[in-house]
Amino acid sequence: MTFPGLFNYWVVIALMMVGFYVVIAQGNLIKKVVGLNIFQVSVFVFYISISKVKGGSAPILSEGIALYGNPLPHVLILTAIVVGVATMALALALVVRIQDAYGTVEEDEIREREEAS
Amino acid sequence: MIGGHLPVLLVVLPLMAAPVCVVVRRPAWAWTVAALASWGAFVAALGLLLQVLEGGPISYPIGGWAAPWGIEYRLDLVGAFVAVIVSAIGGIVVPYARSSIEREVAADRIYLFYCMYLLCLAGLLGIAATGDAFNLFVFLEISALSSYVMIALAQDRRALTVAYRYLIMGTIGATFYLIGVGLMYMMTGTLNMADLAARLPEVAETRTILAALAFLTVGICLKLALFPLHLWLPNAYTYAPSVVTAFLAATATKVAVYVLIRVYFTIFANVDVFEAMFLREVLMALAVVAMLSASAIAVFQTNIKRMLAYSSLAQIGYMVLGMSFATLTGLTGGIIHLFNHALMKGALFMAMGCVVFRLQVASLDTIEGLGRRMPATMAAFVVGGLSLIGVPLTVGFVSKWTLVLAAIEANMWPIVVAIVGSSLLAIAYVWRVVETGFFRPTPEGAPAVAEAPLSMLIPTWLLAGACVWFGIDARTTLSVARQSAAFLLGSGP
Repeated sequence: MTFPGLFNYWVVIALMMVGFYVVIAQGNLIKKVVGLNIFQVSVFVFYISISKVKGGSAPILSEGIALYGNPLPHVLILTAIVVGVATMALALALVVRIQDAYGTVEEDEIREREEAS
Repeated sequence: MIGGHLPVLLVVLPLMAAPVCVVVRRPAWAWTVAALASWGAFVAALGLLLQVLEGGPISYPIGGWAAPWGIEYRLDLVGAFVAVIVSAIGGIVVPYARSSIEREVAADRIYLFYCMYLLCLAGLLGIAATGDAFNLFVFLEISALSSYVMIALAQDRRALTVAYRYLIMGTIGATFYLIGVGLMYMMTGTLNMADLAARLPEVAETRTILAALAFLTVGICLKLALFPLHLWLPNAYTYAPSVVTAFLAATATKVAVYVLIRVYFTIFANVDVFEAMFLREVLMALAVVAMLSASAIAVFQTNIKRMLAYSSLAQIGYMVLGMSFATLTGLTGGIIHLFNHALMKGALFMAMGCVVFRLQVASLDTIEGLGRRMPATMAAFVVGGLSLIGVPLTVGFVSKWTLVLAAIEANMWPIVVAIVGSSLLAIAYVWRVVETGFFRPTPEGAPAVAEAPLSMLIPTWLLAGACVWFGIDARTTLSVARQSAAFLLGSGP
């Protein structure tokens, strides 16, 4: 097997697990959002990787190009990126309001203040 | 001819109306826009259901690009039925929302609620209408994102943390779904559901497809809050504004169950999914645990909205159970419970919304002797509660009867016992509310409250009445559910 081989997929899985772990293990709401973003980006990389055709060029119509990558996953991922941006914006907006309401973005401190009130 | 464009109108109407709400801003106008759009969507959904009943599945290529290259909207009986359920609940919730939302959401944010509600409706109807696996992901996120916002609109600060947690869980679920779709695309090169169904059998044994199936199952189960992936649901339903709870409880989880049905019985129609990886056993076991444990937890709740939220978890167990039989009767039971549970949970949460409207909190302490002060509201609760228990002549009985029949057909007596056990637990928690509401004396110094306004009572009673109507005459709903189940299974092995 030549160099790239399954390299992309290993990276995807590594990123996916890193992101997922951060989402679960971190108590800071901002870090959770970052983890979620890494998790989503790994899926984007995955889609882009499956669109690559060995020896193919970029999917742009021009003279003398017979072999080209599959453009559909790129388009799908553009949509998914937009969805991801919206999710991120909403999550961060919620964190801002949580900071206003509780004065902290740490999960355990929020829990304490909820119980105290 | 407008009839031909109904599938897309169903989604476009609420989608286009949503920004209009933001433009007009005035709560009364935003309400009018929301009402017209959701009633329009209901008429469209009803028209589609009649068309499908008459002429079979409808296919609508978006933008004229033929499937499988373009996005196809494909409405078969199940899809049309779910669309009718969602839009009917939407149409009933909107009139109710007007007074309720004024009380529970800050005045300058009311138009935003209507905007988000319409987007959520558009997303849910889109899920029901689409025949494309990736398009479904987009609609799933549209409905999910707008529901996070709707929950966060409540004035209680806990609603914010709850919405945040729901966002994290929901996004993980949707991303899992996306991974599953990607893996399927990798092996088949198509995203159209019908096309996927045709191409999957060749590669069904590969590890990639098994992984796809696992990702899809876990992702969707997060969305539909199947035990043990349910942790976001009870708090979300408790702290959201009452209208939002009523709407989401009656539609969002139902649509997620529908997505699961789509995946198993349409996309994987020609593959025996339930034999793969012990899927049947796992789903059935989780459903039974959900039915029993969530009902048991509900018994100990004092906040009634939270009690009903746990009971929703149990009811989701019933739907997944029906589906996991993968027999005609079982699937019929699952599908009819989609409809029946939407009616009863809608009625129950709306009745509690009326209590919240007058008393701010719906808990066992505040409703002592409330049956005398708000008789119509509490009576609606009783009807919904009876239905939840599964008393004959209510819709709950119809679905539980069908599920019990399915279990007997499959010769699974322990399941029958579990269904009956869960119903007994339902008696316990419903009775606690009825007992405090009707048989306790009104405590000294309790606030003198009047009945909720008619604009809230009429929608509540519409749903409560429907619980009885479709419980006495279940022929229409049962036949639609049975035909849907037969259609879904017919395209299978």
